[in-house]
Amino acid sequence: MTKTDYDLVIIGAGPAGLTAGIYAARARMNVLLLEKAVPGGQILVTDWIENYPGFPEGISGFDLAQKMKTQAEELGLKIETAEVHSLNLSSQIKEIVLKDRSITAKSLIIASGASPRQLGIGEDKFMGKGISFCATCDAPFFKEKTVVAVGGGDTAVQEAIYLTKFAKKVYLVHRRDELRATKILQERAFANDKIELVWDSVATGVEGFFGVEGVKVKNVKTNEEKTLKADGCFIWVGILPNTSFLNDAVKTDESGFILANEKMQASVPGVFAIGDVRNTPLRQVSTAVGDGAIAAVSAEHFIENI
Amino acid sequence: MTQNIIEIEDDSFEKIVLKSDKPVMVDFWAPWCGPCKAIAPTVDALEKEYGDKMTFVKINVDENPISPSKYGVQAIPTLIFFKNGEIADQITGMVAKEKLEETIKGVL
Repeated sequence: MTKTDYDLVIIGAGPAGLTAGIYAARARMNVLLLEKAVPGGQILVTDWIENYPGFPEGISGFDLAQKMKTQAEELGLKIETAEVHSLNLSSQIKEIVLKDRSITAKSLIIASGASPRQLGIGEDKFMGKGISFCATCDAPFFKEKTVVAVGGGDTAVQEAIYLTKFAKKVYLVHRRDELRATKILQERAFANDKIELVWDSVATGVEGFFGVEGVKVKNVKTNEEKTLKADGCFIWVGILPNTSFLNDAVKTDESGFILANEKMQASVPGVFAIGDVRNTPLRQVSTAVGDGAIAAVSAEHFIENI
Repeated sequence: MTQNIIEIEDDSFEKIVLKSDKPVMVDFWAPWCGPCKAIAPTVDALEKEYGDKMTFVKINVDENPISPSKYGVQAIPTLIFFKNGEIADQITGMVAKEKLEETIKGVL
């Protein structure tokens, strides 16, 4: 094989990418980890993580991200701040196109993660002015105020509970008549006096001039519409994969998540997909780090057999 | 938080930000905000590069409620760019270094 800049390039420094980096660095591979913003990924906006083993009291997402990053760097992992613009995977050498240059690698791990899905109810206009995807960041601005939280999964319910530390009332709007969140979170939400469930309902719009003044909701069973007076609207209705650079270079499912086998290999040999960007049944820190370990070892085996 | 960036307060906001000859970037932050800590190194790095053309300051929103309220800041990190006392641009949330650098160049 022609000489390449790196044995392995990893895209994305969330828990999956950092773990792959830790394993690759310990295997003494010539590896580069690219991160467009800040190492940590979505856990940076997670207030408290209490289902990742080893931290019996729980740990803040920021602290966990810092620890993972420090561990990776102390093992010699090189992390560069750069955004990937496109990939060229048509030949054996993988080409990764950045803003100012292209780099080549024998193998590639895609760990670019996912981002919160928007509802299209005015996020552009009201982002940072009442609409938020991050309770950890923004909840304290809603002290003694009323907010609407949209969603029924783990994130929505956990963050709604967090919001009650500040807000005087939290409407939790969910399109079905039961929550999808894990039972322990449901129990806490139902026991919380500040949370009022708004069942069978979807958010359809935001009212307000300079900031959010109300959230329009519609009952999907009765079609009844009403406006909940609120100063903020927090949205957690699923995620979309971060794959703008992918351009169909590897196969994805119908939602755009990358298909990979049990070795984390994607549809192109030598290309691996891990963490939230992968078509996976569960998106947790604990599953992301498992993906990362497998992919790094798979990449090492792939290179040995070229 | 950001290491080399001066901390301002509600009382000094007008003098340092609004009356500045140079454009000013104000980083609204708080100690409880993980993403604020996370972007701090990026802001630091850009201060080193653009500090001669633009003033970089930060303001703790917990201790200084007036300025964030005046500019409608309801989310942090929020970076507001002022030019001649007026808002020239604004970024909310975690942001890639490239995007931040583009914004700085646009304001300059």
